[in-house]
Amino acid sequence: MSRIAGAFENNKAFIAFITAGDPTADFTVNMVLEMEKAGADIVEIGVPFSDPIAEGPVIQEANIRALGGGMTTDGVFEIVKKVREKSEIPLCLMGYLNPVFHYGYDRFFSKCQESGVDGVIIADLPYEEKAEADEVAAKYGVDVISLIAPTSEQRIQMIAKEAKGFIYLVSSMGVTGVRSQITTDVDKIAKSIKEVTDVPVAIGFGISTPEQAANMAAKADGSIVGSAIVRMIAADGEAATEKVAAYVKSMADAVHSI
Amino acid sequence: MSRGRYGEFGGQYIPETLMNEVIKLEEAYEHYKNDPEFVAELDQLNREYAGRPSLLYYAEKMTKDLGGAKIYLKREDLNHTGSHKINNVLGQVLLAKKMGKTRVIAETGAGQHGVATATAAALLDMECEIFMGKEDTIRQALNVYRMELLGAKVNAVTTGTQTLKDAVNEAMREWSGRVDDTLYVLGSVMGPHPFPMIVRDFQSVISKEAREQILETEGKLPTAVLACVGGGSNSMGMFYNFINDKDVKLIGCEAAGRGVDTAETAATIATGSLGVFHGMKSYFCQDEYGQIAPVYSISAGLDYPGIGPEHAYLNDSGRAQYVPVTDDEAVDAFEYLARTEGIICAIESAHAVAHAMKLAPTMDKDEIMIICLSGRGDKDVAAIARYRGHDIHE
Repeated sequence: MSRIAGAFENNKAFIAFITAGDPTADFTVNMVLEMEKAGADIVEIGVPFSDPIAEGPVIQEANIRALGGGMTTDGVFEIVKKVREKSEIPLCLMGYLNPVFHYGYDRFFSKCQESGVDGVIIADLPYEEKAEADEVAAKYGVDVISLIAPTSEQRIQMIAKEAKGFIYLVSSMGVTGVRSQITTDVDKIAKSIKEVTDVPVAIGFGISTPEQAANMAAKADGSIVGSAIVRMIAADGEAATEKVAAYVKSMADAVHSI
Repeated sequence: MSRGRYGEFGGQYIPETLMNEVIKLEEAYEHYKNDPEFVAELDQLNREYAGRPSLLYYAEKMTKDLGGAKIYLKREDLNHTGSHKINNVLGQVLLAKKMGKTRVIAETGAGQHGVATATAAALLDMECEIFMGKEDTIRQALNVYRMELLGAKVNAVTTGTQTLKDAVNEAMREWSGRVDDTLYVLGSVMGPHPFPMIVRDFQSVISKEAREQILETEGKLPTAVLACVGGGSNSMGMFYNFINDKDVKLIGCEAAGRGVDTAETAATIATGSLGVFHGMKSYFCQDEYGQIAPVYSISAGLDYPGIGPEHAYLNDSGRAQYVPVTDDEAVDAFEYLARTEGIICAIESAHAVAHAMKLAPTMDKDEIMIICLSGRGDKDVAAIARYRGHDIHE
């Protein structure tokens, strides 16, 4: 069983996101390990990009801090390697296609395999374009995670049928960021997905409270939280570790209680 | 399989949230472009509102002064709103209305596309919001007020380099949050399919007219056709109907800024490399890790780190040639055209005029060149004055 599949095996999964190198690489390595201890089942590590068009202000600014601090694609692989020395937690890289494409698909995905990346989430790589990356990723045993959105409609099952690892169900229109309410009928989308695949479904975008996380996880197989964590790091920098760990624990406990 | 390819370039590299919307847009466009009523309506707007056809003007003094090829100017600067941008927005905003949208959003660099979109929105009763880099709202303050006069809301974008690429980022973010009633009216032959195709088709009226006009006046085709290139909409429009005329040279003039050997440049073909950004695979100015480079040009309208996918294809296939033109050369040409022909052109268009000034003397007197004068230069006068050391502000 893959590490990602294992994360969904016995309970609903809580998935936590942080941006690599925000504010430093060492902080990211330590934070991933602390989040695992706090109960995170999968960690998504953001690969910073100069122009993250699917992100709201919180993660945009994290990208700027990380790039300003000198984080690079090679630096991200170094972070993964260091985490892997101590942990078997499933790791996904999340970012935009150009840094992957420019690094070279073969070089990128072989480095993923070598360092211990399990999956890659690429915000601007829809179903129609994924073959060019997917073929290479498959060669190195890396899952290219599929995203399904509130607007996907008749595309849902087409995407779900070919999904690997887990399905990232985008809960809301627009960009990443905390929302007080999630109005999309995610139940309906999740049911439509489940008709055609056993690949687990995790819901992300807009989730920040334990109630929201539990509520979303109940409709699917897991919840994803990014901006709420990144916001704490933006406020407190390297001193945010304990606060983030406590927050992740509250979120993971809520999700695991379902 | 991926759609909208020009060789390996193009495609639809966008978040899933927008995929159904671009598919719907393509379906609507494929329907309406053949709908006689839509075609007639757009044709009427082009003629009676935008002032088409635009003139093909023989620049006799410039021709004699440079002593080579016979120079014609395709006068897109005389269109309503002062640039070629109106050709595209009338088409797209009309299409948006047919699709049942009530709101349009757009990015703008120099402000020409923003003003054109705000104009079409006013005329066709659409709500309108424009995204413009903060840096550009300062460089082109009058255009901001112009858009507001036309009833548009202008959002100053403070992320990234605060210029055109950041305005595109922000417009895409806005669109992904609100597709039901809103169409993103992209201003250039860039972005995900079907935008490069739609914008090209609406802009191809430039070369359709120019080709007919030159055949009527001169009885033969030009040796060379020149246009400035940022994202590449006026050049794509100027090239399109000449692509099959193999003997007509197609020359795109990129903004080299302070020079292609400096970091302060926006010359994508000269200094960029293959990448995927803003929905398309094409050439981009970027660093070794694929981070998009901050680019620079005196011209806000050419200050963009990428180029439309069909241009990338025309370059690689050898059908078109792309040359860098510096700020200095463009400003010299801006002044030259004003003195010689009494035409104050946009600083964007002056990049094409600058290359023409180098090229024309090397050509025979029986050869013809057409320069696309994509816009008028009123918006640039204060900036050029400051470039020359005069303390003049708008």
